[in-house]
Formats: sequence, C-alpha cells, structure tokens
Amino acid sequence: MEFTFDNNIPIYIQLLEYMKIYLISGVFKCGEKLPSVREFANTFKVNPNTMQKALAELESMNLIYTERTNGKFVTKDEKIIEKLKDEYAITLAKSYFQGMKRIGLSKADSIKYLEGIDG
Amino acid sequence: MDNMELLEVKNLNKSFDNKEILKDINFSISGGKIVGLLGKNGAGKTTLIKLINDLLTPTSGEILVNGNKIGVESKRVISYLPEKTYLNKQMKVSEVINYFKDFYENFDSDKAQKLLKDLDLDINQHLSKMSKGMQEKVQLVLVMSRNADLYILDEPLGGVDPATRDYILDTILSNFNENASVLISTHLISDIERILDEVIFIDKGKIVLQSDADKLRNKEKSSIDEIFRRMFKNVN
Repeated sequence: MEFTFDNNIPIYIQLLEYMKIYLISGVFKCGEKLPSVREFANTFKVNPNTMQKALAELESMNLIYTERTNGKFVTKDEKIIEKLKDEYAITLAKSYFQGMKRIGLSKADSIKYLEGIDG
Repeated sequence: MDNMELLEVKNLNKSFDNKEILKDINFSISGGKIVGLLGKNGAGKTTLIKLINDLLTPTSGEILVNGNKIGVESKRVISYLPEKTYLNKQMKVSEVINYFKDFYENFDSDKAQKLLKDLDLDINQHLSKMSKGMQEKVQLVLVMSRNADLYILDEPLGGVDPATRDYILDTILSNFNENASVLISTHLISDIERILDEVIFIDKGKIVLQSDADKLRNKEKSSIDEIFRRMFKNVN
C-alpha cells in the first residue's frame, strides 16, 4: 500500500490517524505486539523520528504500551479501543448529517438515504 | 562528551574578493536528525557545505564536528555527496567500489553492492554508459554506504525524475542510522520535506530560520514549501 501525506499537516499527526484506524479496524489486535519503529517507518516511508513521535502520542493516549525489553504492544483493554471506535463513528456520522443539512435534508430524510444504500 | 552537538557552526563568515557570501552563520545539528538546508539558488548553500567539508577556508568563525575542528578526523566521519560528480566516468561501478574501499576505512562494500542491486544497477557497467540519473544513484549509494556520523548531500535530487527522487529519498531514509545525521541541501522543498526533522532556511548568506519541521507546519498551518515561498516571495 502507498501512503500519501499532506505536506500542510504535521506528518506525525497524519501517522497518528493511520495508526488509530489500524487499531480500530483490528489490523493490530488487543495485546498484539507491534512492529518496531524502524519497520513502521519503512512501511510508511517516513523518518523514524517522526514515527517515534506518533507512537509516543499513541502511548500517551494509552492505546499502546511499551514493555521495556520486548517492544510495543496494543493495549489489552478492549474498552479503550471501543471508545476510540465510538468517537470515530460519531465524528463520521456528524459530518454526514452536516453535509445533508447543507443541501436541505432533515435528519429523518438523511437516515432514509442511508437505508437505501447498500453498505 | 554526552551533550555535544554533532556539528556546530559558530559566527561563520566567508567572503570572496570582499563580497560577503556567508554572514555570521550560527547553527548546530545533533545526532539522529535529517535536516534540510533550504535556500534559493545563490543563497550560499554550497559554500556553507564546502566549508564544512574543508574545501574552502572560512574568513572568520569556527566549525566543529564532534567538538573537533575541521580536519582529518572530521573528514573521516563526514560522508559528502557533492553537487557535481568527481568520479572518473571511464571506470566501471565495481572499480569505483574498490576505489572507495581503499579510500575510506568505514566504507561497507557489501552494503553498496546490495543497494546497487536493489536499485537495478549493473556493477559491471561503465559510468560513461549510464544515464545521468543512474550515475546520481551510484554516487548516492557510495556516499550512503559509508558508516559515517554525518552525511552531507548537496542537491541530491538535482537532475532526476520524480520516481527516482522517491527512490533516493527512500534510500536516504532506510540507510540512515539512529546516531548519524543527514544534512540535505535543496531548493526542491516539496519533494523532500516529508522526510525532514528540521529545516534551516538560508537566504543571501544568512540563516533566517531554524525549526523542527512539524512544529513549523503546525504553527503556520501550511507546508514547508509554502512557508518558504511566502517568506522569500518579494525579496530579490
């Protein structure tokens, strides 16, 4: 997969977003060992220091943790991941309704549209 | 020795025939960073790089590498990619590799061979038979195959196509180790900015800004390229 980065936004913030999606969607599961900073940097084709910064941020959000000699792991607490997923879903839903409102559709109408689409 | 900077430039001035090319340059680079030296043509990038590599002598000021003045020791730990090639084009790639092996004790010829193979370059080919882009790749591989503390790359993306540019950036990224630093000069900012930790803007022989790249993006809400363009738009 090719990753694209918008030069207008700090790269570590974009990495953080990619990583959050990985965690929410279960690419890396609860308690699973993560690749090294170096491996991640190679995959995303970014500077290892920038990758490190993104992982440190994930760690401060308790989404991942470091075992001193073994490397980094996804949190064992499924609730944290669920909460993140919930937040993402709400943001996506809000932006959908906002878009529909802009073209003059009520919430009820917007939901009808949703039901008419195959997911 | 712990908190010593890898490269320190203090009050550096350089004049040619009374014309000031570099004016009171001050900056430092610590280990493990990729730093972009960004400036327009004629801003003084190459002059600064040549001073760090002992190819020019400062008019005044000081350059320290690992705390030592420029000299034999600094040349041992700096791997330098000049703007223009100095290799004998009649040589085969394999001959150039042997040449580097003889010349630099920290040259890793296995690494060079592996990188050349990854880039689909034929070790038995003469440099003169290669395209400009291929020659630039060979030269970059040679420079990155030294186990150096500081890699200085002067316009490494000059004459190559965008696909090769990406290749070159990936080569730089995957071969730089945690303790070494890379200083890259370029005016092609948008191509390179994603790999930079820090940026140094140089204009008319002066350093006008040094910052962490992501912090600068965050502060200005735009790309390094755009910040650079904005800053130097009406200056001429």
